[in-house]
Amino acid sequence: MAVDPLIELRDVNKYYGELHVLQDIDLTVGKGEVVVVIGPSGSGKSTLCRTINRLETIQSGLIRLDGQPLPEEGKELARLRSEVGMVFQSFNLFAHKTVLQNVSMGQVKVRGRKKDEADQRSRELLERVGLASQADKYPAQLSGGQQQRVAIARALAMDPKVMLFDEPTSALDPEMINEVLEVMQQLARDGMTMVVVTHEMGFARSAANRVVFMADGRVVEDRAPEDFFTHPESERAKDFLSKILKH
Amino acid sequence: MDVLTDNFSTFGDGFLGTVELTVYASLLALALGFVMASFRVAPVGSFRVFGAVWVAVLRNTPLTLLFFAVLLGLPRFGLVLPFEVFAVLALGCYTSAFICEALRSGINTVPTGQGEAARSLGMTFSQTLSGVVLPQAFRSVISPVGSTLIALAKNSAIAGAFSVTELLGTYKTLGELGYSIIWTFVWIALGYLIITLAISAVFNILEKRWGVAR
Ligand SMILES: Nc1ncnc2c1ncn2[C@@H]1O[C@H](COP(=O)(O)OP(=O)(O)OP(=O)(O)O)[C@@H](O)[C@H]1O
Ligand SMILES: [Mg+2]
Repeated sequence: MAVDPLIELRDVNKYYGELHVLQDIDLTVGKGEVVVVIGPSGSGKSTLCRTINRLETIQSGLIRLDGQPLPEEGKELARLRSEVGMVFQSFNLFAHKTVLQNVSMGQVKVRGRKKDEADQRSRELLERVGLASQADKYPAQLSGGQQQRVAIARALAMDPKVMLFDEPTSALDPEMINEVLEVMQQLARDGMTMVVVTHEMGFARSAANRVVFMADGRVVEDRAPEDFFTHPESERAKDFLSKILKH
Repeated sequence: MDVLTDNFSTFGDGFLGTVELTVYASLLALALGFVMASFRVAPVGSFRVFGAVWVAVLRNTPLTLLFFAVLLGLPRFGLVLPFEVFAVLALGCYTSAFICEALRSGINTVPTGQGEAARSLGMTFSQTLSGVVLPQAFRSVISPVGSTLIALAKNSAIAGAFSVTELLGTYKTLGELGYSIIWTFVWIALGYLIITLAISAVFNILEKRWGVAR
């Protein structure tokens, strides 16, 4: 898919003190592409995700979003972040706000929408993730799967150009994983550009255009899902797949 | 017993003086404490340093010393204000350091992930702080802030030593008039009790209304 690049990382390096967590990362994500990132624990997948909206700063290299280099901390960065939706492993809903308020808050504060307008849009999105009836509850009153779907709606409310998912189903009980994956599948079908850190192979096979395999802070493989799962090239990937595909 | 009825206006003036000092200094302390707490969690390093130095200096200086510094020091730089204003400045700045630390510990009870989620939506630092972090932090700081303001009310007694009219200072006037020192002090203590109980009551109401975490 040699389409317009939406996210570009060039020679990105990131250290935590001595630890070299991202090593010469080169990665391009095109408009409408779904890229799944997998790899062993500690390989830098979350860090990679978080550098894309500059929740983590990098020491060298270049990150461009829709052609624009990421700005320094400030108004300009905030504006750019609003175009990048992010969904976290631990949901991170605002505990003091209702479901509806969670989804509306960014629209009002960042996009400057009127409250009524924002609430209407929020209800549409909640409908889409199957939670219209939960609008007036607080996050603590919802199951994990429901909370994660609210978090997805909250991110979508900003009309982002791209969505980042960092292990969105890892904190969920098995019976709730599918309800979240279904919402993500639908998003992928609707043409959303997505970067998804996940170990859900079913999702990778059915929704991803590419699988990026990371180990020790490097991108080791970057291929079509079927190729990767059936014919991994590197020893690291073979080893990793044999471990996770056993069960 | 006569000491109260005979000198009601002296007590009254002292009582009002203490109330005024407490109210103004509290407002200053809350405002400054709020600003300093924001500085201490700001993304800009120099703000964090300023906040940390503010707290370190004011929290570790004896209040009496601070009164001397303000009342004797500021006029040397040409800043001459009524003693009452100096007293409010000294009390307010001193207490702001404690308010700042109470707020900061409240901020630390809010999971960092919520702040990250807010920032990833494109909210600025101040929007994140005011819309997500502080409303939740407030719930856990109501009671410590109440205690800090009660301490402020009692600390205001030091101002009496610097010729500000306040409650404790009335004992000198009444002592000179030959009234029983014991009864004078009993009434003074009662005056402070009224003020501190009033503060407690306000904060109990706040705690009932806002304090419960959902
Ligand atoms: N804030 C931090 N400070 C110091 N080291 C960190 C920090 N965050 C992550 N690390 C380290 O950086 C490395 C990469 O972490 P990262 O969270 O990106 O890995 P990951 O691939 O997402 O792993 P997992 O599958 O466990 O989520 C790890 O060794 C981790 O211990
Ligand atoms: Mg991770």
